[in-house]
Amino acid sequence: MIKQYETVFIATPVLSDTQMKEAVAKYTDLIKANGGEIVYEEDWGLKQLAYPIQHKTSGFYYLIEFKADPQFVSTLETQYHRDERILRFLTVVLDKNSIAYAEHRRQVRAGKAAAAKAEEAAPAAEVEPETKVEE
Amino acid sequence: MASIENNEIRYLNPPTVEVRRKKYCRFKKAGIKYVDYKDPEFLKKFLNEQGKILPRRITGTSLKFQRKVAQAVKRARSLALLPYVTDLLK
Repeated sequence: MIKQYETVFIATPVLSDTQMKEAVAKYTDLIKANGGEIVYEEDWGLKQLAYPIQHKTSGFYYLIEFKADPQFVSTLETQYHRDERILRFLTVVLDKNSIAYAEHRRQVRAGKAAAAKAEEAAPAAEVEPETKVEE
Repeated sequence: MASIENNEIRYLNPPTVEVRRKKYCRFKKAGIKYVDYKDPEFLKKFLNEQGKILPRRITGTSLKFQRKVAQAVKRARSLALLPYVTDLLK
């Protein structure tokens, strides 16, 4: 019985980039090692917290979507509990509506990223016709 | 007196007739099936300035989606995306 889950965790802001990558790798490896499959990962970066947690006002957010056996969730959460780097975490089961929503969200974000890249390239292209008009 | 005899009442100011728009559930109207806890900006539409969840009688949300909104807001609060208590949220 495999279900799809989504987990978000907040890591302490004192971590360096490599330490953060290590923390992420630890959990992705844990999921893979327990027969899970990672569907999607998303780094939200350093965000301000709405209220202080453990006297910290910001944290690194990271989202992992994965498919795994329901029994695996408790092992994942005990790992979170034992990890001092993790301020907060939330694991949620996805039903068919939320899976559809997650896919849509992914596509929208991918589209935005593509648009942002296109925009970076576009100004250079846009400048040329304008100068031609002026001539 | 004449006006009353004519069965006609005249007001000094034009009477303000309140046109009440029928409230509707925005989720049903837009066909949204899942309320995302990861989008605090959207969830803020269902909160008052103190960060409390607004009742259905104000937002017009249907019961089914009010439950989902409440669930999403509570998840967002636990992830520090939304505050539990605050002033001047908006």
